Order: sequence, then C-alpha cells, then structure tokens
Amino acid sequence: MHLTGEEEAMLAGEQGLATQKAMQILVALGKIYDAERLIAVSSVQVSGVSYKNLGDAGLEFLSELARDGKARVKTTLNPAGMSLTDWKAQGIESKFAEKQLQVIDAYGRLGVEISCTCTPYLAGNEPIFGQHVAWGESSAVAYANSVIGARTNREGGPSALAASLTGRTPLYGLHLSENRVPTIAVDVEVQLRSSEDYSVMGYFVGRTVKDGIPYFRGAGLATLENLKSLSAALASSGGIAMFHVEGRTPESGPGPGKVETLAFAEKELQETYSLLNDEGAPDFVSVGCPHLSLTELAILANLLSGRRVKREFWVCCSREVKRQGDEAGYSRLIEKSGAKFALDTCMVVAPVEQLGYKVVATNSAKACHYLRNAGLKVRFMPLEQCVTEATGRG
Amino acid sequence: MMLKGRAIFEGKAEGLALVSSSPMSFYGGVNPETGEVVERGSELAGASVKGRVLVFPYGKGSTVGSYVLYRLAKNGAAPCAIVNAKCETIVAVGAIISEIPCVDMVDVSGIKTGTRVRVDGATVEF
Repeated sequence: MHLTGEEEAMLAGEQGLATQKAMQILVALGKIYDAERLIAVSSVQVSGVSYKNLGDAGLEFLSELARDGKARVKTTLNPAGMSLTDWKAQGIESKFAEKQLQVIDAYGRLGVEISCTCTPYLAGNEPIFGQHVAWGESSAVAYANSVIGARTNREGGPSALAASLTGRTPLYGLHLSENRVPTIAVDVEVQLRSSEDYSVMGYFVGRTVKDGIPYFRGAGLATLENLKSLSAALASSGGIAMFHVEGRTPESGPGPGKVETLAFAEKELQETYSLLNDEGAPDFVSVGCPHLSLTELAILANLLSGRRVKREFWVCCSREVKRQGDEAGYSRLIEKSGAKFALDTCMVVAPVEQLGYKVVATNSAKACHYLRNAGLKVRFMPLEQCVTEATGRG
Repeated sequence: MMLKGRAIFEGKAEGLALVSSSPMSFYGGVNPETGEVVERGSELAGASVKGRVLVFPYGKGSTVGSYVLYRLAKNGAAPCAIVNAKCETIVAVGAIISEIPCVDMVDVSGIKTGTRVRVDGATVEF
C-alpha cells in the first residue's frame, strides 16, 4: 500500500504513540483488503461506548490512547450504557456508572464530541453526497451509504477511532463505486404502512440474504423515519451496510441490473412480525431504536397527550433532538405522561436485563434482535400499541 | 517446513500450536481472564490459548472480539502468536492493539495441535 510522507511519519511514531497505533490498524486493514492507499475522511462516528460491551479491557485501551491521541476530524459518539446525567433514576448501579463515566472521560480527552447517539445525521454530523467518512454503528453506516450517499465501510470501534486519530481510512469496499451496486433485488409486493413495516422488511431481508446490497422495488416514497428503521433492521439480522430504494435513494439509478430476486409479500410480513414476538406481558416499554427524530417525537407527544403511563417507558433520542422537542413543546407532553426520556443511551446498550425487567415491548426489530441476545423476551409492535402497552391495556 | 505469509503484526514468537479448523469467535468464545475456549461446539472447547501459537482459518463474530484479545494480553493469557489462512478485521485489530505477532496468507493445513511453531515477521516455521 502506498503511504504519503506524513502517513509514514505517523506509522514511525513521530506523531505520538496513539497515532502510531491508529496508523498500524489502518495499514493492516489496507493490506487485508488490498487497498492501494489511504484517503481522507470528513467525519467519524465511533461505536464501542457502552461499558457493558467494552469491559475493563476496552476502557484500558481507550485510556492508553487518550494519553497522546487527538481526533483530527469531526468525531461523534455512539450511545453509552446509561444517561450521563440521570443514571441513578434509571436504576443503574454506581459501580457500572463509574466505569461508564471513565469511558466517556477518555473519549472526551481524545477530542470526541460526547453526542452519544446512533443517529449522528440528526444531531450535527451530516455528511454530504459522495463524501468519504469512517463510521461505526451499523444502522448509521447503512443510512449514510444508502440514504445520504456518503461512503463508509462498516467500521468497528477501534478502526473508526483509528480513522479519527489520523483523519484517514484505507480505500476499499464501499469507498469504491464498483462495490456500491445492487447484488439482489427485493420485490416489495405488500403495501408498507409504517416504519414498523419497514423495520420488519429489513429484518426479513437481512436474515435471508446475510450481506450484499439489496435493491428494493415497489417500496414507495419512504420517509426519513422509514429508512432509518429499515437501515437498522437490515444491519442487525444481517451484515448489510448499504441498500437502494427505487426512486428514493440517491444511487438507485436505473435499476438493479441482472441480479437474483427475492419477494417480500404479505406472508413474509406476517411471518416476520410473529417471529419477533415472544410470549409474556411486557413490563418495560421502549421506543427510539434508532434514536427518535423530531417528527417521531411529535407523533409520540400526540399519542401520550392526556394519558398516564403505568409501566416503565423509555423514550430514546439524542440530546439535540430532545432540545428541538423542548422548543416545539413535545418534550413537556411526553414527560407529563410519566414517560422517561432516555438520553445518551437506549434499551439495547443499557444493561436493561440487570434492571429486573423480563419482557420488553418495542417498535424496533433491531432492538428485539439484541435484547433477545441479552436474554430478555421481546414483543414487537407498532408505536401506537407501544403507547397502549405503557398506559394500560384494556 | 518454512512458509512465507503476510505479516499483520510483526514480531517473533515460538510455541506449541493450538489448531482450530473452523473460524473462531473471541467475544463470548474465549474467557478473557484465563484464555480458555468456551465456545459451545468448538473443537477447542476446554483448551487454553495462553502461550500457544493459535492457528485458525479466520475470525468471526462481534467486533468486540478485538478487545477480548487485548484483555487476554493484559491478563497474560493471550496466545504468543496468531496464524490465519485469511485474517479479517476483528483479529487484525485485536492483534495490533495487543501486540501479538500475527501472520496470514499461509497454508495452515500442515500444522497440527502440539507442533512446535516459530513465527518471525512474515514467516512461519514448523
């Protein structure tokens, strides 16, 4: 792989140990994936924030890097395992909180913005079409590639951080136009009525095709929220980092070309809904995986207006979207119902299984996927029904 | 026999091989404190990677696996070297941040568990 003089200097340790370690990671990845050189990135989204996933080893690694490492491009952060300010009210143990705050502190010293959201594109980290970025967080990766037309591989925590500390990433994979073409066409033969339907479709396709680049035909004019849900689901049941929606996403172009096809009809929709539902009455309700948009906050405020929640109900969004919700008056309506904003975190990365809950109701297929891995039972349902579950059945 | 591969993380190490014919997951697959392989169904289940030249085709599973390698190294329970058929992101990043010598692009079929193996840069000798 060709390196510039400055990149050679970084690799030789002339710009500090953290930069050297970062450059070693990028050079190794470049070798593995036959990249001819490194390219500049305009932003980074770092995953690997929750202490639940990092453990002491991750914390130690970040603390070591923070001794002399500094972000060179705009770098935002994934959600943490708790609210950074209201963790006590969330029932988080102080031992966990202490470690989580140390993780955040290390990221702060590294010059990373403590945005703690999986929707950086709704909170000030908005790439433009064609820009090269290095993002972790699989749902944001799929969204950035597909909906924005920015270019990123699916980075892990350390490789995203390495891109941040050097401002570079190896040129391979989805950074190259030839790797962004559809590999399978999905014929949508059912009317999709909600973001939950998109979420279910994403879960089905991810599970069926595993990886590659699906091209959706007949999915209609999906909203931002529809595509956000689709991105998250595709990337959780499968390893999908990019998709196209005919007539909607910027690189959908003339069509999928000659590729295999897959049908998504009423049968697949119903079967996947069933697949995402375990037995049991929910004792915990949460929405906002991925973090809610302002539009979703408005819908939720309307649904909760004048009602009282009877079960623990987490509303997950970024601090930025919450601030917009405050100004628009939505936040007040939501909080008045007794629902709790879960900022900086979500039901997937917080240690919900340790808080004593057994069955989670949510409108996110991605959340169902990961909550099940953590040993919880899940009930997948539309937003309206989540509100009904929270405010009292029957 | 001397094989020439590709150095993912350069270094020298010598030890007895521990060979898995199937891909390995470190997150949830190896105990980060002891080095014991705990993945259900793995042919190495119960064995320890500590101090061994760990030979397997490639890594799989969660990207958090990189941090498991790091934690093994901090606990003195890491393999002394890793030899892969084709290294991928999780193992490569793990080897680099943990400073475990790692070589790939070698035909690992001739190496058996218990064989003494020496890794030096891009070469694997056994």
